Amino acid sequence: MTDATAQIQANYMALVNRRRLYGGLTLAVFALLMISGFNIADDRNAGGFWDGLHNIGDYPADVLSEAWAKRADLPGLLVKYIPALIETINIAAVSTLVGAVAGLFLSLLSTRGLARWPRAIPVFRRFMDLMRAIPEIVIALMLIFVMGGGPVPAMIAIAIHTAGALGKMFSEVAENADLKPVDGLKSTGATWSQQMLLGVIPQIAPNYLSYALLRFEINIRASAILGFVGAGGIGYELRNAMAWGPGRFDEAAAIFILLFATIVAFDQVSSRYRDRLTKGARA
Amino acid sequence: MSDVATLKLDADGLIQRKRLIACAVPAVILAYLVYVFFAFDVLGLAQRAKWDNAVTLVSDSWSYKTHVTRSNRSGAVDYAVEGERKGRYPDGARPEWVTGGDDALRIALGDGAMVTLLPGNATRIEVPTFGVIDAVLADGQIVTNLSGTLPDWINASPRRVTITTDNGRVTLTRSKTEVFRYQGGWELFFFTLASPYHGVPVTQILFGEQIDPAQSNVAGAWGDFWGNPMWRHADVVWAIGETILMAFLGTFGAAMIALPLAFMVARNFAPLALVRGVTRRLFDFVRGVDALIWTIVLARAFGPGPLTGALAILITDTGTFGKIFSEALENVDAKQIEGVASTGAKPMQRYRFGVIPQIVPVLLAQILYFLESNTRSATIIGAITGGGIGLLLTQAMQTQKDWEEVAYYIVLVVLMVMFMDWFSGWLRGRLIGRSEGKH
Repeated sequence: MTDATAQIQANYMALVNRRRLYGGLTLAVFALLMISGFNIADDRNAGGFWDGLHNIGDYPADVLSEAWAKRADLPGLLVKYIPALIETINIAAVSTLVGAVAGLFLSLLSTRGLARWPRAIPVFRRFMDLMRAIPEIVIALMLIFVMGGGPVPAMIAIAIHTAGALGKMFSEVAENADLKPVDGLKSTGATWSQQMLLGVIPQIAPNYLSYALLRFEINIRASAILGFVGAGGIGYELRNAMAWGPGRFDEAAAIFILLFATIVAFDQVSSRYRDRLTKGARA
Repeated sequence: MSDVATLKLDADGLIQRKRLIACAVPAVILAYLVYVFFAFDVLGLAQRAKWDNAVTLVSDSWSYKTHVTRSNRSGAVDYAVEGERKGRYPDGARPEWVTGGDDALRIALGDGAMVTLLPGNATRIEVPTFGVIDAVLADGQIVTNLSGTLPDWINASPRRVTITTDNGRVTLTRSKTEVFRYQGGWELFFFTLASPYHGVPVTQILFGEQIDPAQSNVAGAWGDFWGNPMWRHADVVWAIGETILMAFLGTFGAAMIALPLAFMVARNFAPLALVRGVTRRLFDFVRGVDALIWTIVLARAFGPGPLTGALAILITDTGTFGKIFSEALENVDAKQIEGVASTGAKPMQRYRFGVIPQIVPVLLAQILYFLESNTRSATIIGAITGGGIGLLLTQAMQTQKDWEEVAYYIVLVVLMVMFMDWFSGWLRGRLIGRSEGKH
């Protein structure tokens, strides 16, 4: 009897020790990767980490002090860059709209049980993978080469990525949709589009909208970044203001403020609405 | 009875409202799209767009051109892929579609088109569908036998004559005569013409006799391939490594910083509302400033490179992770912590055995999901801060001529992102079990 318990205890301790060993090894490998990775990155960087660390505040300080010195101009500058900000938001909004509609179709076409052509599900899935995998900047730069700078290349690039990303998330939602309404509609002779419109979309609409709102928030950031590489909007203005360097830091500061305020505002609004959409309105 | 009437009235009102919304929402969206159509100046864009750029882009991405250049002063002829020094044919070598000698150098342009470089700076171009064009440089002017209205693929003036055929182009100026021949494929992808291994079949490199007496075939071939000056394979692999490194350092660094801070935001772990509020605002702030601005600020302090990108991702994601982790911590089951506490565990042990096991699956799933998405961000941040494959890609795009390299980089970027997608999914499956994963 005691032998058996001792045996069990020994086995258990061996198991625990092995688990600890594996856990420790994983942790050691991870730590090694982090440290060596940091050293490689530090080596290949133009300036070193430890040298740069105490300079980190210099640039913000320069910008802030110049902006403070010219604080009287700041409201005017804020107003001046509002149109560029609106352009950035427009890029994000249109690309989210277009991407969400495309993602909706793609997700329905690639969900088992709902697909119009069940055999083509893998085709649509791979297509979405590809749309997701191509970074926005690649498409944006190619389109800028063809169309010239402006908001449309950024809009198309973000829309393509959005369609892929939302399509994947949407199809995860659609997989959990109840198929009974679809069967009911099918029995009345409804077409595929009617089945989807009346049977599936009302079920999944709250989750879809919630994901689309989250995506809108992400897309505002993306459209600001793409502006920086030449696709119009506030990012483009920021690059121009920065290219001027000292003397135009007040403009850079104005753009920083606008961008920050916009991102925080949309972040707050969208998280509030997403809460309401997924958890229901609080009475 | 009046109850029923009011109910019916309410219901009618509700249906009316819903109907209105059902019509109004699409109408508003449509109106918005119309507004954007004009705000973005789509009509003007259609006119400004250079569609021939698109043609160049597509055709150039899978083809290359070989330049045959004759200097009109010395008469020397030079052969180079893409006209680059790195793609030059060694002295005495030339493409097999060039025949003849100094008295008549015949350059086949495919489809029966033929360019003949004759002595005395004369050139004869034979185009099967058109005829023979003779051009000669005399007294600093290009004299041709062309007359009447010319087709649009010929552009002739005394200073410059350009003739474009299906697979080639001939340009005559006062200083030189240049012939391009376009061919499909990514030329010199493995070896440049300067390498002794160029054009040698794989089997011969592997099993044939030694080509370079100083080193074995495999080592020499690998060295020449790795150091290929046109395609720069070593640099490209390094760049991809840098991009993945940025994503890796940024994601995991952010997770390591965010986890302790998240305890200060979670309502059930931080009793002080002031601490909670301050930390939460800190998270909101670093998230709101956005990777773009962090990249700019950090690039000033650390200079361009992968470390800057990694730190930009790290700072932004600390905010995001802090928010997600604190939500996960607020959903932690208190019973497990109580159970651990009832055994007399100290606070650290309570966290280690009561809290961490509960949140690790959620945390890992999120971290790995961000690792994949940050690989994409790192490509974009690299383009701004100057590191990784993003930099190579934007450089190649901004020169607007090496589209085959752009295509190569795009393929690599897509493969890299797909690999990271697969890898993070695999790791998630290994670490937390398939059923817990999102996919």
